[in-house]
Amino acid sequence: MNVSNYFDYNATTPVDPRVLERMLPFFTERFFNPSSFYRQAGEVLADMEGARAELAKLIGATPDEILFCGSGTESDNLAILGSARHKGSGHIITSAIEHPAVLNTCKQLQKEGFGLTILPIDSHGFVSPEDLKKALRPDTILVSIMWANNEIGSIQPIAELAKITREHGALFHTDAVQAVGKLPVDVEAIGIDLLSFSAHKIYGPKGLGLLYKRRGLRLKALVFGGGHEKGLRSGTENVAAIVGAGEAARLLSAEMADDAMRLRQWRDHLQEQILAVIPQVLINGDQEPRLANTLNISIRHIEGESMLAMLEQFGLALSSGSACSSKSLDPSHVLLALGRAHEDAHGSLRISMGRFTNETDIKQLLTHLPPVAARLRQISPFWRNQQPQG
Amino acid sequence: MLYSKKVMEQFQKTEHYGQIENADGIGKVGNTRCGDVMWIYLKVDDGVITDAKYETFGCVAAIATSSMAIGMIKGKRIEEALEVTNKAVAEALDGLPPEKMHCSMLAEEGIRAAIEDYQSRHV
Repeated sequence: MNVSNYFDYNATTPVDPRVLERMLPFFTERFFNPSSFYRQAGEVLADMEGARAELAKLIGATPDEILFCGSGTESDNLAILGSARHKGSGHIITSAIEHPAVLNTCKQLQKEGFGLTILPIDSHGFVSPEDLKKALRPDTILVSIMWANNEIGSIQPIAELAKITREHGALFHTDAVQAVGKLPVDVEAIGIDLLSFSAHKIYGPKGLGLLYKRRGLRLKALVFGGGHEKGLRSGTENVAAIVGAGEAARLLSAEMADDAMRLRQWRDHLQEQILAVIPQVLINGDQEPRLANTLNISIRHIEGESMLAMLEQFGLALSSGSACSSKSLDPSHVLLALGRAHEDAHGSLRISMGRFTNETDIKQLLTHLPPVAARLRQISPFWRNQQPQG
Repeated sequence: MLYSKKVMEQFQKTEHYGQIENADGIGKVGNTRCGDVMWIYLKVDDGVITDAKYETFGCVAAIATSSMAIGMIKGKRIEEALEVTNKAVAEALDGLPPEKMHCSMLAEEGIRAAIEDYQSRHV
């Protein structure tokens, strides 16, 4: 598969051709509604349940603990709103570097009368278990901390955070959208109550979110209708996407470890070369444990969107935490939480690699990034003025 | 790409950026908080802007409007340069996305600040 010069796998992954092949019949000759009576529908249902089993296996769950919904965002919403509203009232804890799907959902609950504590991170991107212990209150009902961060790749001490939470008697949810498929995830071994992930980050299609819900745990539904997914998410299932996600999960079980090893070498090579060739570069999320595929840097005194536009001229696709690459005027909340100055947050660049990244891509990036940085620094008033010669 | 061809042309253009030694007027506008800082340098002779340059920390729109604005005031009389509005700069670029219009404000402010600096030194 040819996806050259693409360094934005944390935004979305291409659908693996093997996944697509598995999906295609479900748009045409096998279009049937899995809820229908006849034989063909029953066969579609069986394939859908097979996919559920593959997805469950990928994260160490049982098939009945996997729910299908429309997106990673919806999965986060169902976990957080669904569990909090089932409890009715109480206090929620989350972290400052969550995806907006979690942060804004928690803030919505705050408007509905729930208490909310947002834990800080340290300068390497980690939530402290000690901070969690201090934030727990007698009425804390839910803790939601992401497994791995989408921007800087820092991996949280999930086992410890989950243990502290459960010992306190609260529920533990984790947004694992960036963790599943990139590192081993075992909900049973760690003791997680709710876990969200998404098909389009694991070489499956867009439009399918997945929620692991520990057996017996009660949620309030957000969507009402014909009672699909045990009444928790009504609506005819996105069968082709589900079957595709099942295939994606099956492939990951076999290939994930090799992928991660290769990507880690390239990531380390990129970091080393960039630091050697471009002066004044900060690594955002500089310590292990961090995602093998992700490198986030701030090239000081220049702005991210300009870098993206110049790199785009060479066909290189990356992303940035600058305000200009988003709808808001503020730069990345993750980089600000890390303690970066606004200027450095605006000047950040995220390099995220994946299954189809190859050595040519790495060379292309290392060829074009240094001159782009140098050119923008020539334009920047800050670069010249911080030089010793004035 | 959400930018017009003209924006990308100005963004790529090398002609107008840099600094002017012993400039007659310097305007420094914007702040790093919202991500755009623009410095405008002017050389003025007998009321005419004989040379102008910019240095900008900012996004594509900020750099393109800086470059376009410099092109629009070079060779003009001070009074004419003061009439260059953010709207005129944005129009010359075949428009900017709505959320980027504030970048064109910066160009107008930068020119004004540089001219005010010149005038304060040459009364």
